[in-house]
Amino acid sequence: MDWGAVLNNTLGWLISPTSIAYAIAAVGLAVHFGYGGLLNFGMAGFMALGAYGYAISILSFGLPWWVGIIVGMVAATIFALILGIPTLRLRGDYLAIVTIAAAEIVRLLFTTQVFDEFTNSADGLGGYHTGFREANPIPVGTYGFGPWQYNERDWWVRVFGILVLAVVVLAVFLLMRSPWGRVLKGIREDEDAVRALGKNVFAYKMQSLVIGGIFGALGGVVLALPSAVVPGVYVTTLTFFLWTILLLGGAATIFGPVVGAVMFWVLMAFLDNVVPQLAVDGILPFTSTQAAVVRYILVGVALLLIVVFRPQGIFGNKKELTFVK
Amino acid sequence: MKAARKASQRRSRLVVALFGAVLAMLAVSSTGIANADEVGTDEYDFVFSGNVKFNSEPLEDVLIKVSGNGYDAEVVTDAEGKWKIGVPEKAKYTVSIDESTLPKGVIVADEDANGSSKEAEFGLTGNKTVNFFLGVGVRNVTSFGDQLVERIVNGLNFGLMLALAAIGASLVFGTTGLSNFAHGELVTIGAVFAVVLGVFNHWPLLLAIPVAVLLAGAVGLGLDAALWRPLRKRGTGLTQLLIVSIGLSLALRYLIQFFIGGNTYQLPGSTDAKIKLFGSVSLSVVDMISMGVSIVVLLAVAWWLVNTRIGKATRAISDNPSLAAASGINVNGVVRIVWIVSSALAGLAGILWAFFIPGVKWDMGGGFLLLIFAAITLGGLGTAFGAAIGSLIVGLLVEVSTLWIPSDLKYLGALAVLIVVLLVRPQGLLGRKERIG
Repeated sequence: MDWGAVLNNTLGWLISPTSIAYAIAAVGLAVHFGYGGLLNFGMAGFMALGAYGYAISILSFGLPWWVGIIVGMVAATIFALILGIPTLRLRGDYLAIVTIAAAEIVRLLFTTQVFDEFTNSADGLGGYHTGFREANPIPVGTYGFGPWQYNERDWWVRVFGILVLAVVVLAVFLLMRSPWGRVLKGIREDEDAVRALGKNVFAYKMQSLVIGGIFGALGGVVLALPSAVVPGVYVTTLTFFLWTILLLGGAATIFGPVVGAVMFWVLMAFLDNVVPQLAVDGILPFTSTQAAVVRYILVGVALLLIVVFRPQGIFGNKKELTFVK
Repeated sequence: MKAARKASQRRSRLVVALFGAVLAMLAVSSTGIANADEVGTDEYDFVFSGNVKFNSEPLEDVLIKVSGNGYDAEVVTDAEGKWKIGVPEKAKYTVSIDESTLPKGVIVADEDANGSSKEAEFGLTGNKTVNFFLGVGVRNVTSFGDQLVERIVNGLNFGLMLALAAIGASLVFGTTGLSNFAHGELVTIGAVFAVVLGVFNHWPLLLAIPVAVLLAGAVGLGLDAALWRPLRKRGTGLTQLLIVSIGLSLALRYLIQFFIGGNTYQLPGSTDAKIKLFGSVSLSVVDMISMGVSIVVLLAVAWWLVNTRIGKATRAISDNPSLAAASGINVNGVVRIVWIVSSALAGLAGILWAFFIPGVKWDMGGGFLLLIFAAITLGGLGTAFGAAIGSLIVGLLVEVSTLWIPSDLKYLGALAVLIVVLLVRPQGLLGRKERIG
């Protein structure tokens, strides 16, 4: 096996747009679950709204790219309000079931033939890059070293993604040390106690759902920046991967979701490079198509083990347990 | 205004009529597909197929073309008017019929077609039937009423198999508090066992299906012993358990793909001919047996819950676990039985669903899971009979709504109902208010 190539391919994922996009969405999920205790299983829907909001406003309405991003964020806000009003007063598992169903509704609406004019149904959207690429301040050329050599376009996507990630992380950091964040954490620990203090628990939860949802939409935008928007991406599996990432890093931490996302994708890339090769070399007793599936089985097992044995994640504090109830 | 409305009414009636015609063709075309003239069906997993007929007479040597996504293929229909074309991707393709190869005076008269071509896309499975309505004007118009009856019968069939899975999920929720996200995979596992025994090992179906259901029950027993019971002993919280079930669902789903790959498998008999019953309602023998089996099993489960000791204990635990334990009920023992029963029911639902779709695929349970959730929320979380009623409503809704909305949106109605129910009556139809807080 060519370990140099494996290392090269794997390390590229440290700053891949996918890792960054997942990190942004995972930070949003941390606002929902890690700090607010909200069981949101519809992050794929928020990301889809961000990505489609961005692409459709550029392609169908000719808006500038940055307006597209705002449209995506507004769409996520509206989605969060629609989800939150019926469910935030109910027990947590209702929110879980409703969000997963709502995300599926969003995906079906983007996939159906009915809105083909706007969404291009199952084929997805592409070719909305002009505006974003014109805003690129990096001069033409190839930059970087080792595994990280990209042209100006690829760097622009990564730099922009990292900027968004930085803003999002900073926002969460500031929010969570503010009085607002303390109330939110209080709601996670004991909703009734906070209610007894005269706080409007419903409003705080709703704000948390909206803010995390907007971060999810931004993650969707960054995921859409390099290539295309395809509805098949925004399935429940995407949401489950985000949960794995969040719990891997630590749900109630600032950098946990970011490190979790990078670790997740680097490990996935490593397995993707190594396992099929081992199968071809005859070291592992299965076919290479089977080998490509192995890493997904491991994701499921990993999620299961993390939740049981280290629910606070790698960086989490055992005292600040996120599984209270 | 009036004229326009009339025209649109006529149009919708025509669409319905065409839909009926296509269904009727489907019914006929499903006999002996193996004889179809095929291109690329061995190389590719995704297959378009169809049956070219005019006035119920099959047309031979008609040229059919498929193009799209950089792929082109053509095939000529065989003596029975059948054709099959394999395509490399699960995507949208344009299927067209060469009108010059049709007999004189016969043209494509299909409302959905654009000239002599049609856009076609795959649904849940890797098979898609594309039929063209040919004619010179005379059509067998199926009335709206007949359509409705047909959809209702289909919806009941679907609702009954959904009820099998939903009752199980609801019993698990009631006794352990777990919203089991891995229940969809239990549905898949049943169907996969049936394929492994009935197709790979050529067991007769009458033996393969009961054994598959038993094996599915054994999986439930195994999961309870290896995973859920130790976790209960540790005192793991409900939210944690919920996420554990998600991890389990991912692991099982891809484990299934690991073993059976990405192909869609057919159980023997799932493409049998349909028998005309009354009006436009036609069901295959398998459909009728499936409905019968569902009804018998559902009644048996209901009887078990109401009359037997363990059934009563199950309901007691659902009502109040601590009180039940304090009254001397062996909670762990009952929960183990509930896991076995619910997994076996899910497996049976999967097998019946495999005949209904038709087809068995590694990720078939994912979509089914959301419908199970919709059904048990509608009926009231944790109430077994509520889950059954919710399932029937969801099943009817999914099938009947296709009269008005495109079939690629048919699951949308069921999922939207979920949200509406929570707005209007969060405890569901049969649930009690104190559970939701």
